[in-house]
Amino acid sequence: MSGLAISARGLTRRFGELTAVDHIDLSVEKGRIFGFLGPNGSGKTTAIRMLCGLLTPSDGNVEVLGRRIPADAEPLRREIGYMTQKFSLYTDLTTLENLRFMARVYGLGRGERRRRIDEVLEQFALTELRGRQLQAMSGGQRQRVALAVATLHRPTLLFLDEPTSAVDPENRRDFWEKLFDLSEAGTTILVSTHYMDEAERCHRLAILERGRVRRDDSPQALMGALDGRVVEVSGSDLRTLRAQLMVRPEVVSAAQQGSRLRVLFDAGAEAPLEQLHSAAQGHTCQLARPNLEDVFMAATSGGRA
Amino acid sequence: MSSPGRIAAVAHKEFLQLARDRMSFGMIVMIPLVQLLLFGYAINTMVRNIPIAVVDLSGSATARVITEQVRVNQVVDIVSYLHTPQQAEAAVIAGEVRAALIFPRDLARRIASGDTVGQWLVDGSDTTVSQVLLGLRNMPLQLQAGAPAGAYQASEPSFEVSLFFNPERRSAVNIVPGLTAIVLTMTMILFTSLALVRERELGNMELLITTPIHPLELMVGKLVPYTLAGLVQVAIILGLGHVIFKVPFAGGLGTLAVATLSFVAASLTLGLLLSTIARSQLQAMQLTVFILLPSILLSGFMFPYDAMPEVAQWIAEAFPATHFVRLVRGVVLRGAQLEQLAGDILWLCAFTAVVLLVATARFNKRLD
Ligand SMILES: Nc1ncnc2c1ncn2[C@@H]1O[C@H](COP(=O)(O)OP(=O)(O)O)[C@@H](O)[C@H]1O
Ligand SMILES: [Mg+2]
Repeated sequence: MSGLAISARGLTRRFGELTAVDHIDLSVEKGRIFGFLGPNGSGKTTAIRMLCGLLTPSDGNVEVLGRRIPADAEPLRREIGYMTQKFSLYTDLTTLENLRFMARVYGLGRGERRRRIDEVLEQFALTELRGRQLQAMSGGQRQRVALAVATLHRPTLLFLDEPTSAVDPENRRDFWEKLFDLSEAGTTILVSTHYMDEAERCHRLAILERGRVRRDDSPQALMGALDGRVVEVSGSDLRTLRAQLMVRPEVVSAAQQGSRLRVLFDAGAEAPLEQLHSAAQGHTCQLARPNLEDVFMAATSGGRA
Repeated sequence: MSSPGRIAAVAHKEFLQLARDRMSFGMIVMIPLVQLLLFGYAINTMVRNIPIAVVDLSGSATARVITEQVRVNQVVDIVSYLHTPQQAEAAVIAGEVRAALIFPRDLARRIASGDTVGQWLVDGSDTTVSQVLLGLRNMPLQLQAGAPAGAYQASEPSFEVSLFFNPERRSAVNIVPGLTAIVLTMTMILFTSLALVRERELGNMELLITTPIHPLELMVGKLVPYTLAGLVQVAIILGLGHVIFKVPFAGGLGTLAVATLSFVAASLTLGLLLSTIARSQLQAMQLTVFILLPSILLSGFMFPYDAMPEVAQWIAEAFPATHFVRLVRGVVLRGAQLEQLAGDILWLCAFTAVVLLVATARFNKRLD
């Protein structure tokens, strides 16, 4: 078997006139954390649903864990775990009741069931919360339960659709620690997010915009490709300067961040730092380390395209 | 692990949710209770103080004694004394009285030969009233003041009764068993029609269809707790109906259980089918009402099945409630045995199987 957990070619999904996912190609290596980064409506959920076999693609070929989707979706279900974007566990049941229900639905034997439930309770620090109904839990606690349920049957591939959108930053870090543990243990993870800091933790990242994959590489490579194209300007009257810069064709974006203006240049722009020096007399200019936000802006042409 | 395990898992989960949902849980108990009391007492209040007229052609003391006995049971209220049967008939037709009690000229001779002592002219257009007056037909009489009650045992009913307008005779007692069909139709279909839609609206369905569960396992699992709820409801209605309204129970409990289970299963699967059609909980409720109305009107609960036009009878046959009204009256009132009810029970079982398969086929584990 190949080293790919997911391989998609020309994956497409139309809803009437709208093309939610537009001919995307994906290669997700086994054991990696692969990220979908994109704004709301960019097609992350639709793509994940197709990869899980929940939505029939309008076009394209998909293989997940060596099985053709959607034809072979049913046997695939035991091998994947899916954490939906909208919370989908039973909030009127307790942690333990949800776990027991899902363990039986996944067909775990009696002994196996008890062992696995104890394991995930331990693993996700839920032992104290096992008797509590989910409706009485915080967002972070609920997401831990959801992850516990998604991993209960030891899937080799996990789909996590914006798993941390209702979680505060500190709990988000803890959540990611759990993901790295799972990844370490060999689980392939596909996670969607619109948080840049989260995206940066992935081994590989696909940037989605309006149903298309605009970039697809490791976060480091994506950011490295912008070396020399991001300049930070500090000084007075940055708003006027920004307006002047934005009309230039070689400037992709200019965003004010506190007392600095972060300017992203087009790939073809020549000597960005020098250009800015002359354009912004009286300001201090220096090259900055590109971040994922810059990558995202560059990939989507600053949202102007 | 196998299907039984998954079905049990779903059933257990549904049971926990049902037990925690005070609203639904309350409905299981309150709907039969409220309906029973409403229907039961509405009927009971109507059987008091029915206005009647008396025509005494015999002019005897015996007639006066009998009249007094009829009066004291409070069912009737004697509003006028008339002179001829023709006047009495006119009063009934005019709606001034609901009935007239007529003592013939030869009252003494009739008593001597153990014959009926008088005749009731009854406005049969109100079935409940006529039914109550029919009940007076066999009332035990004492012919002289001071004689022991029931001293006069006529070889035939003590009164002869003529029903005007509507010879179809229905017992108020029919209402209570029939009510079980209506309450079950209402609650059973509603519960399951909401069952799948609610999970879809709450988002649980997206997770559930990602698991290896088979749609049939999901469906059957969901039926189990509500089946128990249905049995509880029937027990409430018939039990309290027996205690409060003296509804007789002629048949066997086993037969009743089989009939009830087959009807509950049919209603629940029908609800599941609606649930696969409805896009929202509101739509599910509307579809339920769509089934409920003809079930009430055509099942024989409100109007006698035999009096309906043939086309309406054909339509009525398509509703499980029609079959259950027949079954439950058969068991409860006539003490019918399983063999005699086999036709309707088999129909309900076949209905359940077909609808369950259609619902399962309609339920697909996809979101598109
Ligand atoms: N079932 C559906 N029917 C019609 N349009 C849909 C449906 N699901 C998603 N869409 C549309 O497809 C686009 C992509 O949505 P989605 O995949 O949910 O994006 P994301 O998860 O990135 O926010 C959106 O414009 C959304 O409105
Ligand atoms: Mg989404």
